[in-house]
Amino acid sequence: MSQPQTLFEKVWQQHVVAEPAGEPTLIYIDLHLVHEVTSPQAFDGLRLAGRKLRRPDRHIATVDHNVPTTSAQDRLVIADQISARQVNALRDNCAEFGIEFFDVQDAGQGIVHMIGPELGATKPGTTIVCGDSHTSTHGAFGALAFGIGTSEVEHVMATQTLPQSKPKTFRINVEGKLPNGVTAKDIILDIIGRIGTDGATGYVVEYAGSAIRALSMEERMTICNMSIEAGARAGMIAADETTFAYLKGRRFSPQGAAWDEAIAHWRTMRSDDGAIFDREMTIDATGLAPNVTWGTSPGMVTRVDATVPSIEDARSEADRKSFARALEYMDLKPGIRIEDIAVDRVFIGSCTNARISDLRAAAAVVKGHHVATTVRAMVVPGSQLVKKQAEEEGLDHIFRTAGFEWREPGCSMCLGMNPDILEPGERCASTSNRNFEGRQGRGGRTHLLSPAMAAAAAVTGHLTDIRKWPPTGKPAPAEPVLAQGGLR
Amino acid sequence: MEAIRTLTSTAAPLPLPNIDTDQIIPKQFLKRIERTGYGDFLFYDWRRIQSGPNAGQPNPEFVLNKPEHSGAKILIAEKNFGCGSSREHAAWAIQQFGFRAVIAPTFADIFYSNAGKNGIILVCLTDEEVETLLARSTANPNHRITIDLEQQTVKDDQGFLAHFDIDAFRKDCLLNGLDDIGLTLRHEKALDSFEQKHDAAFWLAPKPAALTTAAPETR
Repeated sequence: MSQPQTLFEKVWQQHVVAEPAGEPTLIYIDLHLVHEVTSPQAFDGLRLAGRKLRRPDRHIATVDHNVPTTSAQDRLVIADQISARQVNALRDNCAEFGIEFFDVQDAGQGIVHMIGPELGATKPGTTIVCGDSHTSTHGAFGALAFGIGTSEVEHVMATQTLPQSKPKTFRINVEGKLPNGVTAKDIILDIIGRIGTDGATGYVVEYAGSAIRALSMEERMTICNMSIEAGARAGMIAADETTFAYLKGRRFSPQGAAWDEAIAHWRTMRSDDGAIFDREMTIDATGLAPNVTWGTSPGMVTRVDATVPSIEDARSEADRKSFARALEYMDLKPGIRIEDIAVDRVFIGSCTNARISDLRAAAAVVKGHHVATTVRAMVVPGSQLVKKQAEEEGLDHIFRTAGFEWREPGCSMCLGMNPDILEPGERCASTSNRNFEGRQGRGGRTHLLSPAMAAAAAVTGHLTDIRKWPPTGKPAPAEPVLAQGGLR
Repeated sequence: MEAIRTLTSTAAPLPLPNIDTDQIIPKQFLKRIERTGYGDFLFYDWRRIQSGPNAGQPNPEFVLNKPEHSGAKILIAEKNFGCGSSREHAAWAIQQFGFRAVIAPTFADIFYSNAGKNGIILVCLTDEEVETLLARSTANPNHRITIDLEQQTVKDDQGFLAHFDIDAFRKDCLLNGLDDIGLTLRHEKALDSFEQKHDAAFWLAPKPAALTTAAPETR
């Protein structure tokens, strides 16, 4: 009987092309996802060196970071000439090198980490890379998926491989039933708060335990998505019946007998009993609360029913310095209640939380209420498919009636490379993944939280504990509709 | 990639932990399709006054704006340098501004890789060692540091000596300015035979073979 292996080790081993002595291992890459921002220099590199794209069938491209979300027309003719040039460059490069490209108006367009799973291109046991750190999202399917730089993008284009030194393994077990109002977003924010933004540097994290098993695919994607915010090379969750149910019948999923054969292989892609991890940690899900970030890194996070921490709460000298700087940047005083923090903007979107279940959860909170007069709120579906589904379910109507803007799919205000940005000093409740200084616009202040909490903040005008929803005297919202396997 | 063996220079101290790539190069400069021209945008927001009547003007307090630190080829920072986004533009900006090395206790994984591809030496020292160098460079902008990649040492003109670890392969690439794709193509035969077997495992293919080869009408 061979040594028990972790899920990561199995995927790694099945993708070793060469192990030259004293050098990194050469790993085969099954799927490369391409977007407009980190690819143009790589295509140029290929042309300069006279190299071909080795396997066009293993690349999928779309536009997401740069595209305006205001209207279909604004997307077809992008007013910002520099953005337009970048989008056009990707369009031309895909045509030249034979890469399947989902253009702005295409039914398959969306944030690159949304469309991989939607198409069924993201598969268990595979290796997936993209010039974007949130590639870790795809680990929710039991894939080894990680973000790379542009030089590596070029390397994958030319060779379909990457030289990689083997990361260490870290299993985080989340056990027990999540309390009401606590979501996948709260789990991952809690983990980052515990271990810090460099707590998993050098590791691939596998999330396991009963609380993880109970999550839908969309929720698992939220968790894996933010692995990078803890410094992890990748996050993974072993595929199970939930995964197979999500993938069945998707455009690029195997069909018929091939589907059964595929599942048989995917079932073997889990950590063996007795597999040893370099590091392991267990979290009691029953003790978790909704979380909100108060500072300028995702690790600066606390429970919504807590207060803004003081510099004395910092765990190290370095943290003290960052705390002081963050409090100043965020214009917050230690000791004030998180719930007393008023917001100017609400953003529901991003590759972390713009899937159909996220929009359903937010709509369930918003229904029967109106956005506070002091708040400007927007919902940006993560993909064309999500937008269409939401409109079929009437969610757009709920949001619009409540005073939200209903936008076209893209990365939008998660990173503000497009016209969607915060003004200096504006404070935003955001379902995205990063609250760095200036991330959503120069001088903008970001509080990360779950979609339901963002929706509640839009209504009340301040950060709000979703467990106390609805506010007394207001009509109760309709029962939330739970996601069942997501979209087709 | 330009080969590098030793580097002696003054340093720019940036005594903050968790400096993320959004700070190193803000998003608005990621729209360009060229690989050069990013040096001027390094730490763009930190180099400017953020609010008040002088908003947008150069911030004289920021280290990269101080004339006494101009010409420094070494950047010193605290732990987890380069966290966040995978943008290689961060490495391009650092290199094109004129830095050839960054010294910090730890670096984020993707940045570490990106820096190596651009000939930037990343040196990990202990918290205490970094603190010493930060203090000396802050107190004396003429403080000179020598990084010897061959010997894996950092020295200064005041008797400081520290050893640092670096992966042997990465060191070799920096010393010889090696190109990664060229190195990988040494294994082209192994790659061809791996790929042939791997393609048979259709459950690992992003798209079913029928969609990519046999049936153009489905494209």
